[in-house]
Amino acid sequence: MEIILNGEAYLVKRANTVSGLLDELGVKSELVAVEINMNIIKRADYINKKINGGDRVEIVNFVGGG
Amino acid sequence: MDFHLSDLVPELQGGSFVGFTNEQLTRYNRHFVLSGIGAVGQRRISQAKVALIGAGGLGSVIGYYLCAAGIGKLAIVDNDKVELSNLQRQIAHNMARIDVNKAESAAQTYRALNPDVDIKVFKERLVKGNIRGLIADYDVVIDGSDNFQTRFLINDACVLMGKPLVSGAVLGFEGQLMVVMPHDGHCYRCVFEDVPPDGVVPTCREVGVLGAVPGVIGSLQAMEAIKLIVGNGEVLKGCILIYNALNVSFRKVAVQRNPSCKVCGTTPSMSIYDF
Repeated sequence: MEIILNGEAYLVKRANTVSGLLDELGVKSELVAVEINMNIIKRADYINKKINGGDRVEIVNFVGGG
Repeated sequence: MDFHLSDLVPELQGGSFVGFTNEQLTRYNRHFVLSGIGAVGQRRISQAKVALIGAGGLGSVIGYYLCAAGIGKLAIVDNDKVELSNLQRQIAHNMARIDVNKAESAAQTYRALNPDVDIKVFKERLVKGNIRGLIADYDVVIDGSDNFQTRFLINDACVLMGKPLVSGAVLGFEGQLMVVMPHDGHCYRCVFEDVPPDGVVPTCREVGVLGAVPGVIGSLQAMEAIKLIVGNGEVLKGCILIYNALNVSFRKVAVQRNPSCKVCGTTPSMSIYDF
């Protein structure tokens, strides 16, 4: 399925959950906030939250330096 | 070049020049002639009170531009001392200030730049017990801190006290900018939920930061603060701005209030009495 990832089209290989997508992308879940269709997903829900074709997924890094 | 009142086109500027000294009319000339700032805007700037948390890479730049612009009152909060490894990016400091408190060092730099600004130095670490008292008198709070504990603390206090917050952060080649208007859209906690466990997210000390990145983000923070103060233009609302220095991209990620946010959600678990 195809999603919009960080503003660009992305063809999901195997994943169907947020956790799966982060794994597929090689992104550590504790280092990012994830938003799907404008809704921030709770970290605890990453494992169960399904991703659907056409979803707009945004992955925002935790950046804390000043 | 000397400045003359007659150089101004009155209808573009609006407001009165009464109360500005001749020196100020010259110093702020490029604001006075700027349509959208003018005398009205400059007066707002010179009456504004801003609390700046952190006098590091971001804070150095933010304070520099706010003081150059003639902000009325600036509080600088930082409990760290200047180190040689800071000077690669923290441009308010210099060699002679090694081991000097950063808020104090930055204040010295800014006072030399513009004696108009009333600068208050706070050398203590920002914590739950002092944040209310520190920011209560200020119109806008700017976050240039270097850790998540402080970032969440500032966000929560600002939301609960109704203070607009201009938050910026940097790491590596990336910078982020967010403006929080309390109870009007998202806050920092809406997006990032909670302080990540210690040691999980890398710091600038561990993975580095290109010195000019806080320059870019700090400038944008000063810009958003001045727009909030002057009341002109559109402040960054409803999104996070993400800057990537490597591919020169600015990306806006739209965000909205998170109903489960602990500080501004539908059933918040935090209140002003937590501070």
